[in-house]
Amino acid sequence: MDETLTKDRTGRKSKKEKKMTWSLIKSQSQLIYMSVPLLAYIVLFAYVPIWGWTMAFQDYKPARSFSDQKWVGFKHFEFLFKDDSFLQVLRNTLAMSVINLILGFTTAIILALLLNEIKKVFWKRTVQTISYLPHFLSWIIVTGIVATSLASDGIVNDVLLKLNLIKEPIQWLSEGKYFWGIVGASHVWKEVGWNTIIYLAAMSAIDPALYEAADIDGASRYRKMLHITLPGIKPTIIILLIMSIGHILEAGFEVQYLLGNGLVLDWSQTIDIFVLKYGLAQGNYSLATAAGIFKTVVSVTMLLFANWMAKRLGEERLL
Amino acid sequence: MANHSTTPRPATVAAVNRRIRRGRIEPIIFHTFNTIFMVVLVIVTLYPFLNTIVVSLNAGNDTIRGGLYLWPREFTLQNYKAVFVSGTIYNAFWVSVARTVLSTLLNLFLTTMLAYTLSRREYVFRKPITFIFILTMYFNAGLIPGYFLMKDLHLINSFWVYVIPSMISAFNMIVIRTYIGSISESLVESARIDGAGDFKIFWQIIFPLCKPVLATIALFVAVGAWNSWFDAFIYTSSRQELSTLQYELMKLLSSSMNANNNPSVAAGAGMTQGAAAQMVTPLSIRASVTVVASVPILLVYPFMQKYFVVGLNVGSVKE
Repeated sequence: MDETLTKDRTGRKSKKEKKMTWSLIKSQSQLIYMSVPLLAYIVLFAYVPIWGWTMAFQDYKPARSFSDQKWVGFKHFEFLFKDDSFLQVLRNTLAMSVINLILGFTTAIILALLLNEIKKVFWKRTVQTISYLPHFLSWIIVTGIVATSLASDGIVNDVLLKLNLIKEPIQWLSEGKYFWGIVGASHVWKEVGWNTIIYLAAMSAIDPALYEAADIDGASRYRKMLHITLPGIKPTIIILLIMSIGHILEAGFEVQYLLGNGLVLDWSQTIDIFVLKYGLAQGNYSLATAAGIFKTVVSVTMLLFANWMAKRLGEERLL
Repeated sequence: MANHSTTPRPATVAAVNRRIRRGRIEPIIFHTFNTIFMVVLVIVTLYPFLNTIVVSLNAGNDTIRGGLYLWPREFTLQNYKAVFVSGTIYNAFWVSVARTVLSTLLNLFLTTMLAYTLSRREYVFRKPITFIFILTMYFNAGLIPGYFLMKDLHLINSFWVYVIPSMISAFNMIVIRTYIGSISESLVESARIDGAGDFKIFWQIIFPLCKPVLATIALFVAVGAWNSWFDAFIYTSSRQELSTLQYELMKLLSSSMNANNNPSVAAGAGMTQGAAAQMVTPLSIRASVTVVASVPILLVYPFMQKYFVVGLNVGSVKE
């Protein structure tokens, strides 16, 4: 057993020292057959469409061939940033993604802290299992539930009326000022339980001796949370925060599209909806592609920035 | 371990008393509030869903009267009958099943095969292929270029548009590859000495050993495929026989949001008119489709819970 292991190791070493030769490639032909077609597949579906970005620099007409398209430089980008409706869409996207980010992080961390305090294993498991449920429902179903609950005769108005907090039902979905909050709350309802998984895993890795020592010192529950549990999951929080920076323009598409209506358009439209509206509905492919490129470029830039920051903070690299 | 420098408190009588009091009463207060909080969480999570089930089991014309909470007033299975009698939804259900099963099987096979080749340290193309796949997690050519690619590949209005564009996910590949890395190398080596090629090693040794992680991935892929509606909306909306359950639900949702309690909507959605039509309203149809669309997944996920943590933890630590 030992012998074969050392043989293996030396065998691998000598392979590493070898340059890429035909005989080496031939000896790995099965690995190549297994992976190169999949490489071709991903290149086709993920990289080839980037060619379509040329549309953003043309006045693209589907009927014309590529060589007949009229090139217009950055015209569509300039148009975007002078267009009030795009700036509004950009504001909505940023606002909703920041709201989602802040609400999502704080609620998940607080819920994880509270779940962590439950000592009865069965009860804890039950709460966890139930809290994962909405994660598995589609946004179609969730927005249906949200719309039903927020209707004028829905459960939310019902409860508020019975508690005498309001005099008459609030038209939640017809007023722009509530929209961002509703989107944020819907995200929390759907994902808060699911998002605790990773924090609870980090908490279970904290050395129990720290808590014992704190007990001896007479530290209260809140002090233990503040000075042991939270610092214990800090690396996890930082990594997740950095990773979400890359998604700053991903406020989501489905919720806004499904919950939005004519009355709240000014607050509900995001970049993705803008692209859909101008691109597929109106056939202004060039403008829609320009908006899409803007989003991708911002995301990748933010991601590189986050990766650089992670390195500086001494956390694991993301890329 | 206990290297934090809290100086022991002076053992005054008052302080000791305080500590005893806190030691006895504080946990009771805290756990009471924590339990109440968790019960509220469970109610807020479950209520909307339970209410949907109740609406789906209640006569539609009775539901409109309102005040329906956790128990049906006029129990009926008419709504479910209407759903399954309607050819549209019955057909959409089977399209959803087919795409989910096919996607899951193809994803598991292809992603694991790729993960195996990229876990082989001696493989000459390991690094470039890994890099090309990982990069796809962070950018996206966008909606419009993607649409034109599907058009060029003749996938518009084809069933295969549900399956082919999403056969491999880089994220899942990394999760599986990390898992393969934890499998003993000597298994592979001894199979190689016995003359097994890479494909045989992958299919007969690695694939069966990956069962725990594949269970998680299968759940994620299946949930994603089952819940998606956007592809049906964008690519196949002009062919009714390719519509999926979620897309049908989306149509029901938007029509009932626009025209509340309008019986003609049910007719428009392919419902049979007649004696039963009185009992069946758009709202009750929507509720029963919601239940049909969510129950398959909700029956499965509680049993997969122990695998989530592993999958999510591996996934958060990317290379």
